[in-house]
Amino acid sequence: MSKKSIILAALLVFLLTVPAGAKTLRFAFQGDVKSMDPYSLNETFQLGFLGNIYEGLIRRGPNLEIEPCLAERWEILEPTRWRFYLRKGVKFHDGTPFTADDVIFSAQRVRHKNSDLKTRLSDKVKVVKVDDYTVDFITPVPNPILHVEWGTWHIMSKSWCEKHNATIPESATGESENYATRHANGTGPFKLVSHEPGVKTIAVVNPHWWDSSKEHNVTKVIFTPIASDATRVAALLSGQVDMAYPIPVQDMKRIERHPDCRMLVGPELRTIFFGMDQFRDELLYSNVKGKNPFKDKRVRQAFYQAIDIEAIKKKVMRGLSQPSAMMIAPGIIGWSPKFKRLPYDPEASKRLLAEAGYPHGFEVTLDCPNDRYVNDEAICLAVVSMLAKVGVKVNLLAQPKAKFFPKILAPKLDTSFYLLGWTPSSFDSWNVLYNLHNCPSESGAGKFNIGGYCNPKVDELTAKILSETDQAKRLKLIEEAWTITINDIAYIPLHQQALAWGVRNHVNLKQRPDNVFSWRHVVIK
Amino acid sequence: MIALIIRRLFQSFVVMLAVALVAFSLFRYVGDPVSQMVGQETSIADRERLREELGLNDPIIVQFSRFVLNSLQGKFGISFRLGRPVKELIAERLPATLELSLVAALFSLAVGIPMGVYTGLYPHRYLSKFFQAISLIGISLPTFLIGILLILIFGVILGWLPTFGRGEVVKLGWWSTGLLTVSGWKAIIMPAFTLGMFQLTLIMRLVRSEMMEVLRADFIKFARARGLSNRAINFGHALKNTLVPVITITGLQLGSIIAFAIITETVFQWPGMGLLFLQSIQFADIPVMSTYLILIAFFFVLINMIVDILYHIVDPRLRAEGAVV
Repeated sequence: MSKKSIILAALLVFLLTVPAGAKTLRFAFQGDVKSMDPYSLNETFQLGFLGNIYEGLIRRGPNLEIEPCLAERWEILEPTRWRFYLRKGVKFHDGTPFTADDVIFSAQRVRHKNSDLKTRLSDKVKVVKVDDYTVDFITPVPNPILHVEWGTWHIMSKSWCEKHNATIPESATGESENYATRHANGTGPFKLVSHEPGVKTIAVVNPHWWDSSKEHNVTKVIFTPIASDATRVAALLSGQVDMAYPIPVQDMKRIERHPDCRMLVGPELRTIFFGMDQFRDELLYSNVKGKNPFKDKRVRQAFYQAIDIEAIKKKVMRGLSQPSAMMIAPGIIGWSPKFKRLPYDPEASKRLLAEAGYPHGFEVTLDCPNDRYVNDEAICLAVVSMLAKVGVKVNLLAQPKAKFFPKILAPKLDTSFYLLGWTPSSFDSWNVLYNLHNCPSESGAGKFNIGGYCNPKVDELTAKILSETDQAKRLKLIEEAWTITINDIAYIPLHQQALAWGVRNHVNLKQRPDNVFSWRHVVIK
Repeated sequence: MIALIIRRLFQSFVVMLAVALVAFSLFRYVGDPVSQMVGQETSIADRERLREELGLNDPIIVQFSRFVLNSLQGKFGISFRLGRPVKELIAERLPATLELSLVAALFSLAVGIPMGVYTGLYPHRYLSKFFQAISLIGISLPTFLIGILLILIFGVILGWLPTFGRGEVVKLGWWSTGLLTVSGWKAIIMPAFTLGMFQLTLIMRLVRSEMMEVLRADFIKFARARGLSNRAINFGHALKNTLVPVITITGLQLGSIIAFAIITETVFQWPGMGLLFLQSIQFADIPVMSTYLILIAFFFVLINMIVDILYHIVDPRLRAEGAVV
């Protein structure tokens, strides 16, 4: 065979194996999908990735609006009884039809003790099959936000799980691997082909997807986790991936300058804030003995006003942050432009400290992660020097998240002053009030209220917000609660960091404010 | 010889046990895996239950003995991070690391020895000075910097070579190889060069100084007096006599190439064991970390043993003594 004919043959094989119009999306992220089991880990990237393969009863649109998905519509028959009408004619990737049995099965599986998504559906909710395409959810008390987190409660196939012995989520202590860890069978727009942890994951388009309004034209997706920032940026610049995120702030200009790339930047829903120990009678890490300065609102306010948030935005975040007066981001239900940050005012700060009995400041240790949020350690360092200007000596303890979280989270609560970030997975204020602002109790309220802020009035309002079904009244209650906590200076909110996605110009996509990359909006030119 | 091997095996076992114990006692300082195994909304009671189930609340010595007992039965447990058997994870990653290390080692030998011989024979030529300068760069620049510079030049600016990954791999049973595809070879060039650069300069400098040393020896003078050709003297006699230290260093360095491929693998997102190990540290994935350390200790021990045996083959003096040792 001559050289020419070999080339021709190769070309022919190539043409035959690659269907006309094949569009491959290659993208990189800093971490990997931990498991293909949709109930194994309650984490944004994990669930966002699986949301392309699995689907929930609802889904979130590009601006986080709730859209019908596997449920065509739903109605509230009575305040404690929700009826969901399931979409007919939907098939799982293995060809089995989707019915009410799968919803009932998924409701059991997601509430199993090994599941990490137990918060999606309370144990007390009864799930009742009405017919093959109708399911009722009966709640013990009215719950107007029952379904808001269901965009990430992915429905699994009952028959598939039973066939492969995967009816319960993987247990961390098991000796063997659960089938669902590396295989997936959803109803979504893409089918999983292969998953090699830490190397790459391949998915192809699901030609039988139910959504006829499909806007994407992707036929294959190749995902590569690239941990090193520089390598991820290089992969994008050299055109080996079509999209990469997150992009470190210092590399954004380079991508902007590249003729074939662009940056997509938008505010993220996570709010970064400082918390202070307000429940101990003496701080664990301070030179003030016998009393706790943070119990005094004036001290909290002094700390607040000593922080120059614009300087942090400009110097540390390079303009890519949105200073925040609230503990929630714009876009979260309950956010209001009415609230304004206290002004940066070191003089006022010094005065407040003096009034509180600390004219020369005091010493305290700040716990800070160094690999969790954008420039987390740099933010803490900046704040250390800002507080030094008003006489407070801050000792910074910046640690990797594997060390940081167990130290500050319950049950240890081993901190006096800390930096943390929070995104409510329901995109609703109630979650933030309940987890961060309620008095910590056995019931689970205030679970992440590390500083032990406690105002019974807020607890009362939070309970009302949960069961109030009238939207206008509910918003009013939320605003009332925020007014109290902001006035109390329960926390010192800093900012919302920016989402930073690098994209090649031939790819069009939509950036969701919760940092989820949804492939169903991708159009490749 | 057999006695030597058996004795060596026994020592190796003790070494490995010691490595495992030291490593294990360090693990308590890497942090708590539980906070990363679950999402932010998981309740405290659930976290505690998980910690109990994983045995993280047991004293370190209990955890260690459990690990050793399980390892002896070939049970390395399941990764906290990925929920998959550690044995499988390592087996998947091993070929990538071994291929990279071997290519890097061969590259450093194939280039380092001739460069060393040349600079040893003709220390005053310009080319020798040039080689010397290069070797200084290789020894003083940190690996990650070389890697990033290469990516920038050949990956981003010139666009000749892929910036990350292994390219296409072919499965040969459980072994996956990138050495049978063009994209695989393209992908290995930069990581192997980065990883081998330090060894290359080390070998070059070693061969050079040994060569210069040996060339002054009496037996070389006699050889010249006998009228042997330069080629026979330089390569047949001189080079052969420089090889013992070269083998030692190469052997020991091969171990460190494998163990310290971590940085190169991270820079190039090379899907080998080093990358797995690094990700596991960040996650405090104890089963993977402990298995990796045991494996690396095993490699070192194994390589040392092979080096010892090679000595006996290369150096006849040792063979004679071997009977008494």
